[in-house]
Amino acid sequence: MAQQELDHLSGQTTTGHEWDGLKELNTPLPKWWLYVFYVCIVWAIGYWFVYPSWPLVSDYTKGFFGPSMRSAAIADYEGGNAARLANASGLADAPLDKIKSTPAFLEFAMANGKAAFGDNCAPCHGSGATGGPGFPNLQDDDWMWGGKLEDIYQTIRFGIRSGNDKMRDMTMPNFGKDGILTKEQVADVATYVMSLSDTAVKGTDSGKQLFADNCASCHGEDAKGNIEMGAPNLTDKIWLYGSGVAAVEVQVNQPKHGVMPAWEGRLDPITIKSLAVYIHSLGGGK
Amino acid sequence: MARPVETKAFTLEEMGYSLFLALLAVVCVILAGKAWDWQLAVHATVGAIFAAGGIFLIIKGYQTRLANPAMEIDGKPNYNMGPVKFAAIASMFWGVAGFLVGVYIASELAFPLINFDLPFLNFGRLRPLHTSAVIFAFGGNVLLATSFYVVQRTSQARMPGIVTPWFIVLGYNAFIVIAGTGYLLGVTQGKEYAEPEWYADLWLTIVWVVYLLAFLGTLWRRREAHIYVANWFYLAFIVTVAMLHLGNNVSVPISPYSLKSVQVFSGVQDAMVQWWYGHNAVGFFLTAAFLGIMYYFVPKRADRPVYSYRLSIVHFWALIFIYIWAGPHHLHYTALPEWASTLGMTFSIILWMPSWGGMINGLMTLSGAWDKLRTDPVLRMLVVSVAFYGMSTFEGPLMSIKAVNGLSHYTDWTVGHVHSGALGWVGFVSFGALYCLFPWLWNKKAVYSLKLVSWHFWLATIGIVFYICAMWVSGIMQGLMWRAYDKLGFLEYSFIETVAAMHPYYAIRALGGALFLLGSLIMVYNLYMTVVHGEDAEGVTAGSPALAPAE
Repeated sequence: MAQQELDHLSGQTTTGHEWDGLKELNTPLPKWWLYVFYVCIVWAIGYWFVYPSWPLVSDYTKGFFGPSMRSAAIADYEGGNAARLANASGLADAPLDKIKSTPAFLEFAMANGKAAFGDNCAPCHGSGATGGPGFPNLQDDDWMWGGKLEDIYQTIRFGIRSGNDKMRDMTMPNFGKDGILTKEQVADVATYVMSLSDTAVKGTDSGKQLFADNCASCHGEDAKGNIEMGAPNLTDKIWLYGSGVAAVEVQVNQPKHGVMPAWEGRLDPITIKSLAVYIHSLGGGK
Repeated sequence: MARPVETKAFTLEEMGYSLFLALLAVVCVILAGKAWDWQLAVHATVGAIFAAGGIFLIIKGYQTRLANPAMEIDGKPNYNMGPVKFAAIASMFWGVAGFLVGVYIASELAFPLINFDLPFLNFGRLRPLHTSAVIFAFGGNVLLATSFYVVQRTSQARMPGIVTPWFIVLGYNAFIVIAGTGYLLGVTQGKEYAEPEWYADLWLTIVWVVYLLAFLGTLWRRREAHIYVANWFYLAFIVTVAMLHLGNNVSVPISPYSLKSVQVFSGVQDAMVQWWYGHNAVGFFLTAAFLGIMYYFVPKRADRPVYSYRLSIVHFWALIFIYIWAGPHHLHYTALPEWASTLGMTFSIILWMPSWGGMINGLMTLSGAWDKLRTDPVLRMLVVSVAFYGMSTFEGPLMSIKAVNGLSHYTDWTVGHVHSGALGWVGFVSFGALYCLFPWLWNKKAVYSLKLVSWHFWLATIGIVFYICAMWVSGIMQGLMWRAYDKLGFLEYSFIETVAAMHPYYAIRALGGALFLLGSLIMVYNLYMTVVHGEDAEGVTAGSPALAPAE
C-alpha cells in the first residue's frame, strides 16, 4: 500500500490507496453540497406529511389536508364542463336551425365544432376541411348525401357505411369486374361521363346510351347525381377519386367506397349538433 | 526471462462452453424447424449459426495458442485485452449505425414522406432500433470495453477464463443482432427499452450472469486491498441491470415455438414495473456505469488524484439507494396511485445532490489541471460530458415535480432532456474514453490527430445545442398549445395543429443530429488512422500483448 502523501496543488493529503497510478484526495464533503442534500431530504419529508405518500398494509398515508391529485383533476374536469355548458343552456334541445339563428348558440356551436373537428374530422377531411383524394371537401357546395343542416347532422350521427343501423349506405356495382359491361363499354361510358364536364373530351352516342341504361337510375338522366342515394354529380369538375377518363374507368370497373364512422355514442349530443352547424357554416351549406 | 513452458490443454472451461454451444445449436435447429412464426425461424437459424461459429472459434483458439495464457508474465499482470479491443471497435460500429438511424427517424418526423410506406422503415420499428442501438449496442459495448479494461488495470489482474471474456463480448453482440433484426421484422413485446422477446431476453440473462461472474472474478484477484471507485459503479451497474432485466421481463411464451409471450403483470402494475425498469436503466446503465468510466478516465487523462474519496463514497451509496425509487415520476397523472407518484417525485428531488456528487468529483479533479483543457480536446470532451451530466441531472429532478411534469410530460422537452444526457453525457464520456483507449490498447503514442478530435468536439457540441434548444422550444410550445383554451372553454388548438407547429424545430433537431453523426464519423476515421498509422509507443512493439508494469 502506498503512503499518504501531500498533494501540493490542492494542499490535501491522499488516502494512501493507489490503483494503476490513480490516487484519491482526502477532501471533505463540500459544505454547500451537503446542506443542499439535507434541505432536499427535509423538503421531501415535509411533502410526505402533506400529500399521499407511503403505502401501508391495506391503505396509504393520506396527507394532512387530504388533497388528492385525482379528486382535483375530476373537480377541474367537471368544473370546466359545467362552465362550458353554462354558455349553452337550452342548446341541447334546440332545433338545428334555431342554433344557427341564435347568436349565443351559434358562437358556442362554432367554437365547439371547431375544436371537435380538429381532433376528430381533420385526420381525413384535412385541418382546413378541404378534403383530399377519397375524402370529400366540406368547404364547397357539392354534397354527396345532402348539404342541408339536417342532412349533415344525420351523416355525422350515423356515418357512411359505418355498420350503424341508420348509416348512409349505397354501393355502386362493379360494372367491369363483375362483367356487367365489357372493357370497351366501360371505356366508352367513362369517356361519355368525362365529356359532361370536360369539353376537350368527346363522348359517343353509344356511351350516352350505356349511361342511360346503367347509370342514370342513380346518377340521374342529367347525371347531376342524387343525394338520396349518395350518387355524386358527374357534370361538375369535382372528383373524389380523381378526374380524367382513366380514373373514371377505374371507378366504373370496381368502385372504391369511402367509410365514415358514426359519431353518435363517441361524441356527446351537443358536440354532434355543434359539428353539424360548424360544417354547414364552412361555406357550402344549403 | 526463462518462462516455464506450459503444456497447453483443452481446458474444462473450453469443454463446457463447447458442449453448451453444441446443445444450443441443437435446440436452435429444432426451434427453426418447428417455429410458428417465420421471424422465430430466422432467429433460430441465426442462433444455430452463431453457436456453431462459437464452437469453431473455441477449437481454432485452442489450435493456434502455444500455451494456456499465463496470469502473469515476469511478475506483471498479463492483461487480456483482445475482448476489450473487440468491444471498442464494435462500439464505434454500433454507435455510427445508431446515430444514423436516429438522424433518419428525426428526419422522418420532420418529413414523414421518407418512410416511403415501407413497414421496416416505419418510425415505430426504427425508433426502438435507434434507442437500442445507441443505448445497448453503442453504450453497452463501450461499457464492456471500459469495464474490462478498468477492472483489470485497477485490480492488476487478468480476467478469468480463456473463453469466458469472449463469450461475454460476442454473446452480447449476438443479442444485439437478434434484438435489432427483430425490431425491423416486427418482433417486439412492446415495452420501451425492453422490446426484445422472451428468447432474446433468456440469452441476454445467460450472457449477463457470466459477465457478473467474470467481473467479480477479476476483482477477487486484485492486488490492492481496496476496490477502486470506478469498479463500485461498474459492479452496481451489472448487478442492478441483471435485477431490472429479470424483473421487467417476467413473461410466459405462449409456446416454445412462438415468438409471442404474455406479461405476468398487467395494467398499472405492468406500467409501474416497466418504469421502475425504464428509469433505473437510465440510472444504472446510463448513469452509474458511465460514472465508472468518468472515475477512471478523467483522473487518468488529467493526471490528477480524484478530488474527494469521501464524496465518492457518500454519493455512490446515496445514488444507489435513491435512484431505485424514482421510477414512478414517469407515471404522474395516470392510473398509478398518487402515493407512488409522490414517492417517485420526492426521491427524484433527493437524488439531485447524489447525482451532482459525481459531477463535482469529475470537475474538481481538474483543479490544478484546468490549463490542459486548452491543449487537450480529449480532456475537454470528458469535462464537457460531466457538465452535460450536471445539467441533465438538474433538469431531471425539475421535470419530476408534478406541476412541471404536467407541462413537460409527453412533449419534446422529455426528448430534449434525454438527449442532453445521451448525446452530451453518455456520448461525450464514451468518445473521450475511446480516444484514450485506442492508443493505449494498440500501444500507440497518441491519437492520430488531435485537430480532428477538436473538429469532432465542436461539431458534436454545436449539434447537441441545436438539438436540445429546438426540443426545449418545441416541447414547451407543445405543452402550452395542448393546454390553451378559448374563452368558451374549448381547446384552442387541435392536435394536428400542434404537430404542424413542430415542423421547423424537427428540422433543426435533425440537423443537430446530423452534425453529431458527422462528428462520430470523424472519430472513426481518426481512430482507424491511430491503429493503422499511429506512431508506436516507446518500448513496446505493435501487436504485442498489452503488458503493463505493475504499479
